[in-house]
Amino acid sequence: MNGLRAIYQRELASYFATPLAYVFIVIFLLLAGALTFSLGGFYERGQADLAPFFSFHPWLYLFLVPAVAMRLWAEERRSGSIELLLTLPVRPGVAVAAKFLAGLTFIGVALALTFPVWITVNYLGSPDNGAIVAGYVGSLLMAGGFLAVGSCLSAATRSQVIAFILTVVVCFLLLLAGFPLVLDVFRGWAPAPLLDAVASLSFLTHFQAISKGVLDLRDLLYFIMTIGVWLYATTLVLELRKAD
Amino acid sequence: MGEPQALQDRGGFCKIADRVGRLGNRAAAFRVIGDRMIEVSGLTKRYGDVVAVSDLSFRVVAGEILGFLGPNGAGKTTTMRIIAGFIAPTAGTAAVLGHDVGREPLAARQALGYLPEGAPSWPEMTPRSFLAFIADVRGLKGEQRRRRLADTVDRLGLGPVLDQTIDTLSKGFKRRVGLAQAIVHDPPVLVLDEPTDGLDPNQKHEVRTLISEMAPGKTIVISTHILEEVDAVCTRAIIVAHGRLLVDERPAVLQARSRYHNAVTLTVAEPADLPHIAAALRAAPGVGDVEVDLRDGRLTALPAPGQLPLAAVSELASREHWNLHELRLEAGRLDEVFRSVTSAAEQAP
Repeated sequence: MNGLRAIYQRELASYFATPLAYVFIVIFLLLAGALTFSLGGFYERGQADLAPFFSFHPWLYLFLVPAVAMRLWAEERRSGSIELLLTLPVRPGVAVAAKFLAGLTFIGVALALTFPVWITVNYLGSPDNGAIVAGYVGSLLMAGGFLAVGSCLSAATRSQVIAFILTVVVCFLLLLAGFPLVLDVFRGWAPAPLLDAVASLSFLTHFQAISKGVLDLRDLLYFIMTIGVWLYATTLVLELRKAD
Repeated sequence: MGEPQALQDRGGFCKIADRVGRLGNRAAAFRVIGDRMIEVSGLTKRYGDVVAVSDLSFRVVAGEILGFLGPNGAGKTTTMRIIAGFIAPTAGTAAVLGHDVGREPLAARQALGYLPEGAPSWPEMTPRSFLAFIADVRGLKGEQRRRRLADTVDRLGLGPVLDQTIDTLSKGFKRRVGLAQAIVHDPPVLVLDEPTDGLDPNQKHEVRTLISEMAPGKTIVISTHILEEVDAVCTRAIIVAHGRLLVDERPAVLQARSRYHNAVTLTVAEPADLPHIAAALRAAPGVGDVEVDLRDGRLTALPAPGQLPLAAVSELASREHWNLHELRLEAGRLDEVFRSVTSAAEQAP
């Protein structure tokens, strides 16, 4: 536990020690706001809910979360500090979890700073606040999914740029797994169960369910398991490739 | 009918023998902790077809300072990384204080202070936050934590730079921060990979002094390709090349392997005298060969096998009234031993 807490705190502090944190937060807030009010038609819809706000999160995360994730391990490998970190008396899985949690906390801070939108909608009408909480939970879990993917791909390379691009591509495919763009590749030759399996991997399908205010255990489990699997993969990749 | 009985008896005997053996093993285990601070046996690491370390075995006992020598690419860093638990060996084992680095990684790492090559750290941190982080990960708490941090900062003279970010520090201070990180938890065993590499001569001297000061009560392994370092701080030296162990000796013994060991060096005042002094030296008893350095006016009389030419040479010099600046006995040149040992390995890999 010593290791988990110490690494978590160090990582979290390191986000705020560079301009990255502030750039990220400002861009996230600007884009979230702009998309909600202009493209989302927040006022025009005349409905007191945050559906236009949450509906853009997957697309925001698609580019912003890989930017957070890319440095998780690639930077440690490039600078050699990975050798220091992984020869401390800490299991690699603990280091992976601590870094992930620090990244997720950071994204959580950015997400929490969107609270004026919540205040606005409560000022304008009387929304279903339970649904909004569900939306925030789902949004953070989805960000966690992206972050876990990014953690694994960041561990596989020492180049942050490669980590970023790979993460965007993999996240894009996962996001749209339930949609024709991805499914058409499988349709025609893959058996129906495989097709269903691929479709059920879609981040977007699971997130849309949650963001409508339906906190289904299956959707929550889906994101938690996705995070677990990708973090486990991160540990394996590190074990295999940390010294390269 | 008698045969099964006999077998049974042997079974009983084996059990007793087994028990005795186990007691013996336990005694051995205590010895392991007593004097085998680091034990490496049959260590091999392959990367595809490339063999980085090949069947390497050595042991470091308490209080030793082992110089781990070898040309670049000899497998020094790989061996140290295996001891530190950063990479796993292809075959063989390494243990720190009797803890196998593969089976009990956390116990082995807790007993070890490790300075990776180039002393990596996190540039955006300050020495204060960096050392506090290491202390936390290593589980130091309360008064002990405060005392260890203060002692470490004091010992490495980090006081003036504690709150500067590490990327603004000079190379010498960065290296000190790396050393500090390795001793925060007061480990019994230190493994330092090229602690003076890339430093200027003053910084090298500083780091060497720091290491010598840390040495009492610790077991230290230092990898280097700088030979004066071995002379200055080590009690024992190992030379590896192509991942193979070539020499394992005390530095003095290593020096004695030099062909300059017991040679006599003379510096001549008048360069014009060089030819006839060289000729006289060649004829002197106990002298095998004479090397002439025209630039410095220096002559080195190498001993014939098993001979000590010093007495004969100095007597000759005073009898002939040679005009000399210097006449001295050589202990042996480590760099020459290093070169001859490692280049022999080059020719017959």
